[in-house]
Amino acid sequence: MKHTFQQVFHSGKFVFGFSIFAAILLIVIFYPLIIKDPPLQIVGQGTFFEPGIYVSVYDSIASTRYTLHLDDAAAKRVASKLNEEDRLAMKEWLVKAGIPENEIDVTDTEILLDQWVNNYDPQKNVPGMTNAKRNYFVRLNNSLKGLLSTEGVSIAVKNAETGVLEETGGVKQSDYVNVSRVASVRVLPLGTDNFGRDVLTELVAATRVSLQIGFVAGIIATLIGLTLGLLAGYVGGLVDDAIMFVTNLFTVIPTFVLLILISFSIGQEQRGAFIIAVVIGFTSWVWTARAVRAQVVSLRNRDHVNLSKLSGHSIGHIILTDILPYIASYVVMALILQISAGILTEAGLSILGLGPRTTEVPTLGLMMNWAMVYQAQILGKWWAYFPVLLVIALITFSLNLMNTGLDQVFNPALRD
Amino acid sequence: MSNAMLEVRELTTKYITRFGEDVYAVDHVSLKVEEGKTLGIAGESGCGKSTLALSLMGYYFPPLHYTSGEIIIDGHNISGMDPDVVRKMILGAEIAYIPQSAMNALNPTQKIIHFIEDVIQEHDLYVTKKDISDRARILFETLGLPAEVLQKYPVELSGGMKQRTVIAVSVLLLPKVLIADEPSSALDVTSQKMVIKMLRQLMETGLISSMIFITHELPLLYNVTDDIMVMYAGQIVEKGSAREIVFDPLHPYAKGLMGSIIVPEKGLRDVKLAAIPGVPPNLKNPPSGCRFAKRCKFARMECEAFSIPLRDIGGGRAYRCIIPEKELREIYAKEAYKNAR
Amino acid sequence: MPVEKKLYLSTSGLTKVFGFGRNKTLAVDHVDLNLYEGEVVSIVGESGSGKTTLAKMLLGLISTTEGDIYFQGKKRDISTHRKKKEYWKNIQAIFQDPFSSYNIFNKIDTVLLDCIAMRGGRRLPYAKKVELMTEACSFVNLKFEELTNKYPFELSGGQMQRLMIARIFLLKPKILLADEPTSMIDACSRATILDELMQLRNENGMTIIFITHDIGLAYYVSDKVYIMEHGKFVESGSADEVILSPREPYTQRLINDVPKIYEEWDLSTV
Repeated sequence: MKHTFQQVFHSGKFVFGFSIFAAILLIVIFYPLIIKDPPLQIVGQGTFFEPGIYVSVYDSIASTRYTLHLDDAAAKRVASKLNEEDRLAMKEWLVKAGIPENEIDVTDTEILLDQWVNNYDPQKNVPGMTNAKRNYFVRLNNSLKGLLSTEGVSIAVKNAETGVLEETGGVKQSDYVNVSRVASVRVLPLGTDNFGRDVLTELVAATRVSLQIGFVAGIIATLIGLTLGLLAGYVGGLVDDAIMFVTNLFTVIPTFVLLILISFSIGQEQRGAFIIAVVIGFTSWVWTARAVRAQVVSLRNRDHVNLSKLSGHSIGHIILTDILPYIASYVVMALILQISAGILTEAGLSILGLGPRTTEVPTLGLMMNWAMVYQAQILGKWWAYFPVLLVIALITFSLNLMNTGLDQVFNPALRD
Repeated sequence: MSNAMLEVRELTTKYITRFGEDVYAVDHVSLKVEEGKTLGIAGESGCGKSTLALSLMGYYFPPLHYTSGEIIIDGHNISGMDPDVVRKMILGAEIAYIPQSAMNALNPTQKIIHFIEDVIQEHDLYVTKKDISDRARILFETLGLPAEVLQKYPVELSGGMKQRTVIAVSVLLLPKVLIADEPSSALDVTSQKMVIKMLRQLMETGLISSMIFITHELPLLYNVTDDIMVMYAGQIVEKGSAREIVFDPLHPYAKGLMGSIIVPEKGLRDVKLAAIPGVPPNLKNPPSGCRFAKRCKFARMECEAFSIPLRDIGGGRAYRCIIPEKELREIYAKEAYKNAR
Repeated sequence: MPVEKKLYLSTSGLTKVFGFGRNKTLAVDHVDLNLYEGEVVSIVGESGSGKTTLAKMLLGLISTTEGDIYFQGKKRDISTHRKKKEYWKNIQAIFQDPFSSYNIFNKIDTVLLDCIAMRGGRRLPYAKKVELMTEACSFVNLKFEELTNKYPFELSGGQMQRLMIARIFLLKPKILLADEPTSMIDACSRATILDELMQLRNENGMTIIFITHDIGLAYYVSDKVYIMEHGKFVESGSADEVILSPREPYTQRLINDVPKIYEEWDLSTV
């Protein structure tokens, strides 16, 4: 036993898979202890906030100001205000005004601004320009003027009694605040989903739920498969025929369709995470039962089993001590695969909207479903679905890698 | 002096285990097989006889490695040759090897004749299929195998027939030396007899010049070989003619081995079978003295002290023991007398 | 004065058929066998002759299709598990492959302790059990103190097979069925095992049935020999009769095909 354990942890593949899986488990366990927010709490009003650090503007004003003179501050400010469209428009005007094209570089804000300031003339008659366009350039120039000025903004507060705005202070362009001193800052590494919920917290909670569903489904499926396989394989005869009949039924009926039908008929209200896990477990045991039965059939004619019979042991004793230990390694591998399959099945069901109900806990599949329904991929909001995919992939990858590693340990013939 | 078809001098080969340890499965073995003669190698599982057979081909697969010694076939030294040269020029053409359960070498999806075509074309690209077919048919008929076998698939043949087919195919290229490792162990007695008959025919018709026959079944060895070599723990412990070894062995292990033969012949019911307690030594750390000393009834203090050389007593006979021949015979006579009472 | 030997085991028309319809195979074909107390009998046959199937039927490990088995004159009834256990107090087996006879997860002590339990000694104090196990091991020249708490893979093939014999010594059945007990054992250890098996008969009066393909072995150990081919007994008689002067052509062929060392081995018969 001990020897097997040592061998298992020497297998590179197993250790690698196990590390990934353990890392995921640790995150799932410890993250909620640090960040105690409920996962489905709506944080953002609005849809699909991008990942980033969200600093409260109100609290920044109240925060201690620090004066920093940074050379590129102005340029950065202007650069962020000028989008691609505006730049190309500026270039178009300049070209029409007579500046040679190769001197204009839309990416260099400073030079572009320089050329603009020196050359723009609202009165200048540029051929082929509509009125609307002319107005557009005037507006653009005004907004740029605003940008280029070095004045700050004023802060005014409405007097509660008189209703008059009274200036209370100002913000200069060289005023900076230390973000860690600002009262309210929220880091959203993965932004928000369409409902305005923190994707990262949601993801961690969803992973936890999916893993739980996977475990429960996997354990149920393995237990059913193991019991049926043992009975069918060892007892044989009518019992074998009956169990094989049921197994064949479940093989022929597409399990996924079966799941969809059961899920649908249970109804939205009843579909909790646990029920879904049980349903998945009760429909995915077929492969395990078949595999266990095959192993048991080959074991039951071995000499040590015959000798056990001759020593007067009962069927139960023989199955437990002479058959079960020999298939134990196989069952462990089957369990790992069933857990992996359970997680994937739940994800599949949830994407279709037939998974656990959406009001209490998120699952990985549900997050995918929301992303799909609210068209995150079309809108380019990658943070709403890509991390979920990655997590699903990592979980199944690590579980399968562990399984391959175990397989190599138990079957020396497969070692490379 | 007869022409030695195969001569081996101090051949040593080792296995390198997964943990990097060296196990010398064949330890300074020397032998000579003359033209027209058959040498038998006797010994139990783990003595190194199968490793020796593999080593004689000159083609080494890890974890088996060649360490030192010479293998000379018909005057041609093949030890230490490049593996690709060995594969093309030596295997099958000069020396052929038939492993145990060789019948499993037959590709179940190929007819026998196609299998033969593959083998021959590997060595001689320009021979035509008609030539191959003719050659094969002649060879099979000479060896008493029906020509229809050529057009059959392996699954249509019995175990004995498959084994004989493989043996026939292995001599197609007319090798000088044939090494047969337990060619008949997996067969029933009748098929076994047919295989033995065929091997004898190979020698009698001159299709092969010499043969090395390996088995743990001693009565078989006696009926097939001219000389016998007994191996124990990677070393030769006795050599001599078949009759000498089976009826008059000198080395205590050889004596014990021959004493454990059971044959359904008259008078054998009352013979006391010899038994040797214990197990062979672990070749990872072979004992420095005589490797058999721990199990030997007649061992003395000096036996375990230093390594024992092979003692040549003339007439092609040699044995590895410090006790001189005369004294050994006296000891054995006393033992026989004790057992008879 | 001739002592009336007890008839221990006899069969009448024992038959076993496997499969249905077109795939029917007749493994054992109406076999009649009479086994007396203290006899050593060999059933000799090549692979496929049905000898292993016959052995398993005699042991009660597989069901019979036709025919009856009589134990000590009475028809054998093993319909319930309890009756099977009673029957197995009287007949035990040793199998061919010593390695696969053991459960690799259990220490070898378990094998011996199970035997003590089967003979009703489950409640005995542990010291007494150790005494019994030591006695059984010394019967086969093994030291219990050296073997206790070891796992099967730590023993050699010969030791494992001898431990199986020790198990038989503990169980003291009336009949022992030995299925190729020495075919996977080294030649040097073979004699020891055969000696110990014969001791079971000589000292304990056990009746032994050897199942083997090795005619030499059958000749060496048995009083009576049965030759089996395609599920039928083709010849039977004392060892000397059957092997030195066989009547049936199958037997003659079988004996001719075995290599001999004292007589000329005639290769022309194939």
